[in-house]
Amino acid sequence: MLGLDKKDTTLLLIVAVLTMCAPFLLNPFPEGSGMAQFNAGYPDLMQRFVIFGIFAIGFNILFGLTGYLSFGHAAFLGVGSYAAVWMFKLLSMNVLPAIVLAVIMSGLFAMLIGFISLRRSGIYFSILTLAFAQMMFALAYSVLTPITGGETGLQLALSDPRILGASATAEGNIPVPALFGLEMRSSTVWEVGAWKFTFNTGYYFCAVIMLVSFFLAIRIFRSPFGMMLRAIKSNQQRLRYTGLNPKPYTLAAFVISGMYAGLAGALMASMDPLAGAERMFWTASGEVVLMTILGGAGTLIGPVLGAGVIKYMENIVSKINSDILHGWFAFLPDGLEDFVVAIIYPFIGKGWHLTLGLMFMLVVIFLPGGLVEGGQRIARAFRRGKKNEAPKAASTEPAE
Amino acid sequence: MSKTTLTRRGVLKTGAVAGAGLALPTYLSAAGHEGFTNAPTGSTVTLGFNVPQSGPYADEGADELRAYELAVEHLNGEGDGGMMNTFSSKALQGNGILGKKVEYVTGDTQTKSDAARASAKSMIEKDGAVMITGGSSSGVAVAVQALCQEAGVIFMAGLTHSNDTTGKDKKANGFRHFFNSYMSGAALAPILAANYGNDRKAYHLTADYNWGYTTEEAVKTSTEALGWETVAAVRTPLTQTDFSSYIAPVLQSGADVLVLNHYGGNMVNSLTNAVQFGLRDKLVNGKNFEIIVPLYSRLMARGAGENVKGIFGSTNWHWSLQDEGTKAFVKSFGTKYGFPPSQAAHTCYVQALLYADAVERAGSFNPCAVVEALEGFEFDGMGNGPTLYRAEDHQCFKDVLVVKGKENPTSEFDLLEIVEVTPAAQVTYDASIFGGELGTCNPGA
Repeated sequence: MLGLDKKDTTLLLIVAVLTMCAPFLLNPFPEGSGMAQFNAGYPDLMQRFVIFGIFAIGFNILFGLTGYLSFGHAAFLGVGSYAAVWMFKLLSMNVLPAIVLAVIMSGLFAMLIGFISLRRSGIYFSILTLAFAQMMFALAYSVLTPITGGETGLQLALSDPRILGASATAEGNIPVPALFGLEMRSSTVWEVGAWKFTFNTGYYFCAVIMLVSFFLAIRIFRSPFGMMLRAIKSNQQRLRYTGLNPKPYTLAAFVISGMYAGLAGALMASMDPLAGAERMFWTASGEVVLMTILGGAGTLIGPVLGAGVIKYMENIVSKINSDILHGWFAFLPDGLEDFVVAIIYPFIGKGWHLTLGLMFMLVVIFLPGGLVEGGQRIARAFRRGKKNEAPKAASTEPAE
Repeated sequence: MSKTTLTRRGVLKTGAVAGAGLALPTYLSAAGHEGFTNAPTGSTVTLGFNVPQSGPYADEGADELRAYELAVEHLNGEGDGGMMNTFSSKALQGNGILGKKVEYVTGDTQTKSDAARASAKSMIEKDGAVMITGGSSSGVAVAVQALCQEAGVIFMAGLTHSNDTTGKDKKANGFRHFFNSYMSGAALAPILAANYGNDRKAYHLTADYNWGYTTEEAVKTSTEALGWETVAAVRTPLTQTDFSSYIAPVLQSGADVLVLNHYGGNMVNSLTNAVQFGLRDKLVNGKNFEIIVPLYSRLMARGAGENVKGIFGSTNWHWSLQDEGTKAFVKSFGTKYGFPPSQAAHTCYVQALLYADAVERAGSFNPCAVVEALEGFEFDGMGNGPTLYRAEDHQCFKDVLVVKGKENPTSEFDLLEIVEVTPAAQVTYDASIFGGELGTCNPGA
């Protein structure tokens, strides 16, 4: 279907079903129960899952296929956000023009930065992209304050022109981002017994865009162009000796992945119309590298999984404080309870980074192909029970 | 699967179903709301405390959280009641807010606008918080305030000193109790003129972000009005830890006063560097070289140690004040935690009480009713003397403290001495000078 083979179609369909049913899947525990703490089915987090999924899919096109490790991808995310918010300020609150301009702007920035950075490869390339991203962060944070809003971030005001829309709503508030009148922040709550499921317009909008991006990524992976990018990764010298110039290919991959990042940035701004300079900081660039490697670089679904795991930990695990822990272990005798809590406490709440770090180490050491490799190993173990040594899956092969 | 063929009819059908699916949420969302976001339905009400728990202002954040926990205790009728006994409004009964027990959720702002908005959003969307409060940076305050305006909940700002919070970026759903850069400048200038004379040459080092700019502007304007001259104003990166290279040119500039528009760790480092360079022992233009820190806090004074002695600055509140409200608050805070509260803790505690009181007086949690109850509200007994919540910009007007680093501190908390209490009238300004529009209150839903 849509030019995909059977395996890829199945993968796309699985992802589609997962994203469409996310409000159910992420809210498995009834409201008010002790486990409700672990529910992730509220609009903001679901939006983050898919938006960072898009960011990671795009990053993976560069890193997973060509092996070029960009350490400054958050810069394009920031450019996309700023462009989108400016469109909200100047043109209208419709998200489509904002997204289009954001993708174009981030593409242009990627072209410029890529053209310079791609003169070098390996560690030098990483450092160059990092340097550019930090420069852009510093500019956005202070020098360019009139354009970027500096530390406060760029936000909407009642006095913005919005030439194709209204400056203010009838009630005197700033209008909210919408798709032809369909407000991004509107949601419907469906209460079934003790369960509460929230369906948010913005989430479904992002999810549809994520599916389209995912589909595009599959097509790129399977295209001759994708094959060329893999060739660059496996041996660039050899490619040169055969008379091919790899630079246009790497630059194209860089620009495409920059545009993905810009798209993610625009969606972030559409869900929450504010662009802060921090989203260009190098830690944000590092985060997408973590997502991709954690999920499985070079695989299709891996980066999306990685993005989900990291955002889940950031928003859910970091919320568990010592009171909640004491509640869980209240059945233990007093001394033992304090002891158990003292052991677990450093790994949750503020210490969620520590858990993430440990998990990352374990994955890199034992599952170099990321979570996807873990899944494949489990699947293989099951299959081995039925028939001996099934042929290795050819399509979703992890990175070398 | 790979052999699926697309028919015109199939595409149309799928399109229609998908379109209906997309339209359904908007259709349904119109029904079944209570008139405003997160209206509390059960026997409890949830407040969201959004404070920095990591990052450069984690100390302030921890103190803010202590103050909130204390406020919740007092609102629910536990503990000794603290400032509820001295507060001029007697609407609060100690039985929660409107009879509903107060519960709270916390979030970490990380002193980043994005992270702060994410945690505020999760408190509003997931935990059903009806009010968000806290924060220790103006950037965060402005960002979260805008979010609360959109979402239709009340925002009670924590420690935020930039003029913008209730100036250019003011919002109808946001309120600030803390003072601002303009007030610091207006309160400091006369004291500086009285102590250092009218013909000084000032050199500014300014943290390169929003708060730094407004503070530099405020101090510049008010000192120049008294005859001072500004030699230069240099921006320093927020992440700078060693200021030696910025201090060295100060001496060559011919300036005889150094103004450090820095806060937190920045101020601790720049002041320490300046003192190490021996600036304060120098004689320039026949006068003693002086250093000024426009915004002081006890936590900063502790970080800078010996170096703060004799240095002027301004502060919102100090625990050594002798009015009834301050005494009651310091006593209950001290009993619970064993040390006196910081100004960040004070402003957050007061904000929580003011919100609860406004709800109680309005008889509803509806943000618009709360806004109405707070606008133009005059109160006393909260540690700053008679205070007005101005309706035009949702800024509190109250006395500002001019303080000086104590020469002989008696304990690690007793680092600042109050030089003068500048009356509110002297720091009051016209609401329109910073621009911005308040808009109208948004009840959400």
